[in-house]
Amino acid sequence: MQEWTESAANQDVSLAQAVVLAEQKETETGEGEIRSRVEEALAVMGQAVEEGLGSSDESPTGLTGGRAKRLEESGPRLLGSDFTSMLARAIATLEVNARMGLIVAAPTAGAAGVVPAVLLTLEGSRGWSREQLIDGMLVAGGVGAVIAHRASIAGAGGGCQAETGSAAAMAAAAITYLEGGSPEQVNQAVAFTLQGMLGLICDPVAGLVEIPCAYRNASAGVQATAAAEMALAGLDFPIPADEVIDVMGEVGRKMDVRYRETALGGLAATPTGRGIARKAGMPELVELQRKGSTAGESSARFGPS
Amino acid sequence: MARLFDILGPTMVGPSSSHTAGACRIGHLAQAVVGGTPDGAHIGLHGSFAMTGEGHGTKRAIVGGLLGFQPDDPRIRQSFAEAAEAGLEYDFETVHLGEEAHPNSARLEVRRGSDWTEVVGSSIGGGRVRLDRIDGFEVSVTGSLPTLVVLAEDVPGTIAEITGMLAESGVNLATMRVDRTGRGERALMTIEADHAIPPDLATALRAKDWVHWIRQIAAWA
Repeated sequence: MQEWTESAANQDVSLAQAVVLAEQKETETGEGEIRSRVEEALAVMGQAVEEGLGSSDESPTGLTGGRAKRLEESGPRLLGSDFTSMLARAIATLEVNARMGLIVAAPTAGAAGVVPAVLLTLEGSRGWSREQLIDGMLVAGGVGAVIAHRASIAGAGGGCQAETGSAAAMAAAAITYLEGGSPEQVNQAVAFTLQGMLGLICDPVAGLVEIPCAYRNASAGVQATAAAEMALAGLDFPIPADEVIDVMGEVGRKMDVRYRETALGGLAATPTGRGIARKAGMPELVELQRKGSTAGESSARFGPS
Repeated sequence: MARLFDILGPTMVGPSSSHTAGACRIGHLAQAVVGGTPDGAHIGLHGSFAMTGEGHGTKRAIVGGLLGFQPDDPRIRQSFAEAAEAGLEYDFETVHLGEEAHPNSARLEVRRGSDWTEVVGSSIGGGRVRLDRIDGFEVSVTGSLPTLVVLAEDVPGTIAEITGMLAESGVNLATMRVDRTGRGERALMTIEADHAIPPDLATALRAKDWVHWIRQIAAWA
């Protein structure tokens, strides 16, 4: 984060522009093409949200589907309609994803709901233009690239902190930037986000990208907006973003393989979770889960990536 | 560093960047290596691909990739029917590629006419993939750059000749890797370039008497 921030300052460009320049250097792609590809990604994100909010169809397992619509229709109770809409949009994308619908992995499919939920909800209330939104996405992409480089963005590599945590940090940075936050505040937003998501495990029930993923995307959206709010208010988190990212990487590497997308631990290995796996027709997985719980140690043959 | 559109993408059919999009790309690379959509494929799934692939559409995604589909192609959902139409026959088995293998790996034996190849690929996160083996040779092919795969006789001067031809065509070489079965036997060269390989260069290479075959892999969109 610091390297990127300094590079932008040295070139006298914005954080978003620094991302464009780095991409141009690497791929010899024109700025116009880069921005239009980002815009296409935004369009797919918007379509997935609409599709999810409009559908009551359940996924093949019945674990997700129709919940986003139910939440949106139920309306706000505690914190206003933007809050409820953001949660519903995050769930909507994951519900479309579970039905093999078209989504944008940002940074992964399992965390695909966070960035669109946050950006597309606030786009309406904050009045950002399309061009501004593209800038926000570029900043989000820059944050994701730093995390991928210093730590991991894959659940198999670092647990859910690496997936929804990274997505939340990306979203927080984007909204802080779009609300006129300084580069330092963008850094703060990343640190505020990740400090609250350290250690989050990846424990998909029956190994499917459904539960808890859909709801974790919703709560990651909450974390992202909370972090941006604090950063924009000028609150300071004393540990720099890069160091928080490094901690996330370290925690991910030390995390037992059961908690890294193998579906052998956490919610996936609960009696109910195992029952769902059995019902979904995954006998080999259930057998491994059973061995894992009785042996008291990881029986995972499948190491981390 | 990860590329911008690795982070803001890929745009893909769900549900998993590793088990669906990555699986599709491994199939896609295999069809590129064999020179087009194969007639037959034995698909071996290892580790997490075998264990949780069913619910992630991993099999449909690999077959879709073999048909030349990209991860965002909605036809992945009905790729088995598409394969029947295209005349692609396939079967699946669970394989164990060893403790060292990446948990999300597959071994694909594909046949196209009289051509045949075996690739081992892994899905390394966020939809990114890597071919680790082609016909038993060690490689590292990601498809993130235009790639040339050349099976050649292991005779002196071939590397210089290829790099010279690339330079003459104005193609900047990003990485080059050579693995061989043994001294004086066969060598597999994988070359990643910054630009697309011009067709006349490919034709000229193919005509060399020390070249058995060449394949080109276009970079991901």
